[in-house]
Amino acid sequence: MKGPVGAVSRRLFDAARDLAPIIVVIAFFQVVVLQQPFPNLGSVVVGLVCVVVGLTLFIEGLETGLFPLGEALAHAFAGKGSVAALLAFGFCLGFGTTIAEPALIAIAAEAADVASQAGAIADDDAAREAYAYSLRIVVALAVGTAITLGVLRILKGWPIHVLIIGGYVLVTIMTAFAPDEIVGVAYDSGGVATSTMTVPLVTALGVGLAASINGRNAMLDGFGLIAFACLTPMIFVLGYGMVV
Amino acid sequence: MAFLANLVDTALGTALDVAPIAVILVVFQVAVLKRRVPNLRRILSGFVAVLLGLTLFLIGLEQALFPIGETMARQLAAPEAAAAAAAPAGAVEVDWRDYMLVYAFAAAIGFSTTIAEPPLIAVALKAEEASGGAIRSWGLRIAVAVGVAVGVSLGAFRIVTGTPLSWYIIAAYGVVIVQTFRASRAIVPLAYDSGGVTTSTVTVPVVAALGLGLAANVPGRNPLVDGFGLIAFASVFPIMSVLAYSMATSWLNRVRRATPSRKEAT
Repeated sequence: MKGPVGAVSRRLFDAARDLAPIIVVIAFFQVVVLQQPFPNLGSVVVGLVCVVVGLTLFIEGLETGLFPLGEALAHAFAGKGSVAALLAFGFCLGFGTTIAEPALIAIAAEAADVASQAGAIADDDAAREAYAYSLRIVVALAVGTAITLGVLRILKGWPIHVLIIGGYVLVTIMTAFAPDEIVGVAYDSGGVATSTMTVPLVTALGVGLAASINGRNAMLDGFGLIAFACLTPMIFVLGYGMVV
Repeated sequence: MAFLANLVDTALGTALDVAPIAVILVVFQVAVLKRRVPNLRRILSGFVAVLLGLTLFLIGLEQALFPIGETMARQLAAPEAAAAAAAPAGAVEVDWRDYMLVYAFAAAIGFSTTIAEPPLIAVALKAEEASGGAIRSWGLRIAVAVGVAVGVSLGAFRIVTGTPLSWYIIAAYGVVIVQTFRASRAIVPLAYDSGGVTTSTVTVPVVAALGLGLAANVPGRNPLVDGFGLIAFASVFPIMSVLAYSMATSWLNRVRRATPSRKEAT
């Protein structure tokens, strides 16, 4: 099988293979463990077809759209040679993609509930909304800072483990002093800050930058931006919990 | 039609999420870089494919898998709790062994949702390309998925036993630090990155439902305090498993290289 038909069917097959484990796990627990039938099998099948086609399109789009765009940007910034412009771009990209992230909005709302139950803020809607909103700003600032710092690291060639381990040590120390109810929220906020659209773009940007700067290695220096974006929200949210 | 309305709704939601990225890209392209993007049409069509694909993906998951997965997570957490509540009076202590099925489910669902996670697929493809094929994308994804499976399972155990989250996470970081100095330097940045990409569109809804369901059903747990933290587990353990995967492969290579040379010597 060659040509476009072969390529498309190969991608569809890959997507189906990626999804097979979830289907097997859910079917097994539903039928064998819980011994219940599948509710509305028809709509499940329609949904699964959507998932397979969607994943196929997403990966196709990654390779024709997001990856080349990230690389083109990296080359353009490296060619221009303005460090300030590159850092500003990194900050905006981190801040802009995080502030609207649905997973973060959900976590922030839950965190506001926790805080009002614990008596840290007033128990009314206005106080909760204000708390959730400021939490989102804090996390977005953290991710913006992370991408800026991560890009600076690629430019300077700093070893990543010193920065990341230093950050984790800081998280550990701050955990001891932060109020209990913020700790779970802070740890989770590290994981939700990086979204499906941001990851491919930021990864392509990092690898592209490392590839276009002399003396940098794509594996050693190109990766790591996401790691910073996971670490700084924890530090910022713990700090916010200690201040508020 | 409800399905079409849902499709349009999700498409708008996804477009809205992407809007800030698009604005930033356009502003910097026009105002700072002042250069035309090569292959603009191809890139735009790729962008549209990503948007459309993500929309279909989310709709399909919401229709086919999330309702069952979330109900399942709650049901699996519940019956054992009922049994524990019916236990003789005075038995306030929860026996963690009553929840074996929950740990098994947590591991299975953590593994399988991670394999399908789109950002992980993206990073794995990029890693295979950047390493010139030395790291295979499929191997990396399996390693990450094993890490998530162990992490979510251990996280469920923590909710059942009610032990403090910070002990586990800090101990896990300790292991990661030791591994960092023993593993090959080239894998470290990628391993750190893989912690962040595992918890996304597919994993978070089901895993969060499991955490909240467990915390609501296990006697003596508060969903608002104990329900959090599963995501944190799912973010730390992949770092460990990817570092371990790399250490194991380089160790195997060393053994393989050592064996024939010893034969030559004798």
